[in-house]
Amino acid sequence: MPFMPVKFNLQKRVKLAQGLWMLYWFSVIAGILIFSLGIFFKIELRKRSEMMDNNESHLVPNLLILVGLLACGLNAFGGKVCHDSLDPIKFSKWKPMLKTYLLLCCGFNVLLVLVSLLCFLMQFSVYLTLAEGLSYAIRFYKDTDTPGRCFMKRTLDMTQIEFHCCGNNNFRDWFEVQWISNRYLDMSNDVVKDRVLSNVEGKYLMDSVPFSCCNPGSPRPCIQHHLTNNSAHYDYDHRTEELNIWTRGCLEALFSYYSSLMSSIGVFVLFAIILESVDMAGLKYLSTALETMAEPENPECESEGWLLEKGVKETFSDLLTKLKTFGRTNQVEGGDAPEANT
Amino acid sequence: MALLPVKFDLKKRVKLAQTVWFMYWFAVLAGVLVLSMGLFFKIELRKRSELMDNNESHFLPNLLILMGLIACSINVFGGKVCYDSLDPDKFAKWKPMLKTYLVFCVGFNALLLVTAVLCFLMRIPMQFTLAEGLRNGMRYYKDTDTPGRCYMKRTLDLMQIEFRCCGNDNYRDWFEIQWVSNRYLDFSSKEVKDRIGSNVDGQYLMDGVPFSCCNPSSPRPCIQAQMTNNTAHYSYDHYTEDLNVWKRGCREALLSYYGGMMNTIGALVILVTMLEASVTVGMQYVHSSLCNLANPEDPESESEGWLLEKTVKETFTDIMDKMKSMGKGIKVEEGEPAVETVS
Repeated sequence: MPFMPVKFNLQKRVKLAQGLWMLYWFSVIAGILIFSLGIFFKIELRKRSEMMDNNESHLVPNLLILVGLLACGLNAFGGKVCHDSLDPIKFSKWKPMLKTYLLLCCGFNVLLVLVSLLCFLMQFSVYLTLAEGLSYAIRFYKDTDTPGRCFMKRTLDMTQIEFHCCGNNNFRDWFEVQWISNRYLDMSNDVVKDRVLSNVEGKYLMDSVPFSCCNPGSPRPCIQHHLTNNSAHYDYDHRTEELNIWTRGCLEALFSYYSSLMSSIGVFVLFAIILESVDMAGLKYLSTALETMAEPENPECESEGWLLEKGVKETFSDLLTKLKTFGRTNQVEGGDAPEANT
Repeated sequence: MALLPVKFDLKKRVKLAQTVWFMYWFAVLAGVLVLSMGLFFKIELRKRSELMDNNESHFLPNLLILMGLIACSINVFGGKVCYDSLDPDKFAKWKPMLKTYLVFCVGFNALLLVTAVLCFLMRIPMQFTLAEGLRNGMRYYKDTDTPGRCYMKRTLDLMQIEFRCCGNDNYRDWFEIQWVSNRYLDFSSKEVKDRIGSNVDGQYLMDGVPFSCCNPSSPRPCIQAQMTNNTAHYSYDHYTEDLNVWKRGCREALLSYYGGMMNTIGALVILVTMLEASVTVGMQYVHSSLCNLANPEDPESESEGWLLEKTVKETFTDIMDKMKSMGKGIKVEEGEPAVETVS
């Protein structure tokens, strides 16, 4: 007994073919969207790869690009088949390929599910890469004369200005590194010598932050230096001061940006999966409706379409039996070889 | 003798009507483009109206929006007329309006050209508006507690960061005004009292700039305070220091931004004017070729289309005569009642 059978007359078949053709074109547009989202994500990762120590994984955007192209191709082919389905001569040349095509679509749907899962799971990897990359970035901020790192200062300044953040977890991260290059420190000065000697590693540490941490929304001019010293500035209490510099850490800011991007892409891929499944079901109905015409010569006759030829359980057991016979044939062939040897 | 006459048979007429219909749809798109450019320019002016002292003239964007709307509507009408032109019945109802429509189109084209010229000329008043607005903006930088001006600091900081500029003409403009609010100055301190006493207006002036003037590309951390004092910083010479703060003034930066936008809009409006002129010419040919059918009943007959019925000189003298007779008609009307009542 077929699974979910539906009766079709000519009018119903024509309507199904037309509706399905339109749906396939929507799916092509969805495929193009996935492709462009993949490219956009790749560009965003490249733009800030310095913040991630050039270590970021491009797996998700590459997969999205591939999946987008595949979706476009498969859906364009499906649309062409639908367009030709109402003309028996044209449809007959597509008929033999349909079974393979539907199997391909099934496999493609599984791939889409995998991509969607990755979009949500790879966020952890992005978080870890960002944490490591940002701590290196803060350490290399002062190396404006080292080839390969000379733009780190500019990149980090622009990131802090753009994302409204300061430091890795908060602004105190800047107190733990030397972010002024030695070239601009007067080593003969007592103050400098004291600071450098005050810690084990001989770093010039201070309770100051770079200018890019400043919040333009603050009512007073930015206080960058002596942040923890209340008496150094008039009417200033560093415990209650909120608007002076950005209080958010760049790790949190960048991660929330990338995670919202990846989540939206994941949701869109789920939507594309639903669309693809509907396409597949429609095509299966159309092909079975055209194959089971009571009188093949009369296009206006009735026919029946279904999703599966037998029930779900029977189809499943059929598949298993097929796989077993396939395996047994291999074993028998393997067994023949020793006979040939003897 | 007609100006630029062209012979038409049915096939040529059909082709002409189809091409002109197609061009009218491009012209509709062009009208939509002009409308959106006007809207975009208006939004950009509004975004930064605080920096122009809320005094900026919205004449040009409003004119662009109006032109865009008019262009859309007359091009849609023209497209409809072209579509109907091949059916004599439908075309008969449009025929009487066409002459007025074409005159209106010519007038509209002239207006479009004027708009394009304005786009290039409006740069000059904008320069003055910007200069004054920025000067006031810098003066109100410290007034973060005055209602109506409390966001000036943020707006100015964000603008200096975005446009990579500092001050009005250059960074020294910040040396001439007090940009630290009195609320954050310790008036009991000797240093503060000295600075305030050192000038007539009693302002706290210093050779420092706000943080938004800092250039992130500088290899050294930003030097904002005591900028003209070489000894205050190690290995620093303010005469040769190039990368520390932005060198460009904000008036120049904003003017080049808006000027570039207006130049692009002006160039696009000129292109739209050329497109409109060509569709007007096409419509005139369609109109004249359909009006001059050798045999009015037979749609397949030959006909002649032209740009002007007589030559340029004759058309011009005709128009002058018409205007004179219209003027005389008005004078005669005024004269008659006066004569009647007097006598």
